[in-house]
Amino acid sequence: MSFEEKSAWIMGVLAAGTYAVYLAVVFGLAGTMPLTEVPYVAPLLWTVGLSIGLSIVLHIVIRALSAKDAGMKDQRDKEIYRFGEYIGQSFLVVGAVAALIMAMAELDYFWISNVIYLAFVLSAILGSVAKVIAYRKGFQPW
Amino acid sequence: MVKPTRVTNSIRRLRFENGELTQAELAERIGVTRQTVIAIEQGRYSPSLELAFQIAHVLNVPLDDVFQYPDSEGEAP
Repeated sequence: MSFEEKSAWIMGVLAAGTYAVYLAVVFGLAGTMPLTEVPYVAPLLWTVGLSIGLSIVLHIVIRALSAKDAGMKDQRDKEIYRFGEYIGQSFLVVGAVAALIMAMAELDYFWISNVIYLAFVLSAILGSVAKVIAYRKGFQPW
Repeated sequence: MVKPTRVTNSIRRLRFENGELTQAELAERIGVTRQTVIAIEQGRYSPSLELAFQIAHVLNVPLDDVFQYPDSEGEAP
């Protein structure tokens, strides 16, 4: 497995894993108060920070354990990366439009923040899945 | 994305005809990772024209000795 494919796995799994932690914390607190009153900001920032921190650590680890060409990004890696990001961007657009509509409807900040966070998570997961499939099943850019 | 390519190649045979050149050695000489050479050999990735020419140069053959394309739909290469 190439370094870039491992990287795609890390990003996808971390996005899903840290979001699951965030949901567990928020829904755990929601047992004692209405959902929109749950103090979600700190868990959200902590899980985003955790995801970034773990991503850096895991990339350092796989780079240290990989072959000498680890970190080298060739033509195929760049094309698959762009393809995955392009696929993932679709969720960001959907999330931004949803947040815009929710803001105009003057919904609670809780929902607006969470729809944007969910869009980022889904974007990362979908982009990573697209990259892994491209590495595994083949990628014909032409 | 996963649409199979109709391009086939003879890289594996040509590597062996060039002093049993390994995938890693070929990868190093054309500036890509070994995984990319494997993907090209297995038809899971179509390289750019420039990379295709680089492969042909390293293997000391014309481009169409390395890569083949069937003349028409359904015809074997």
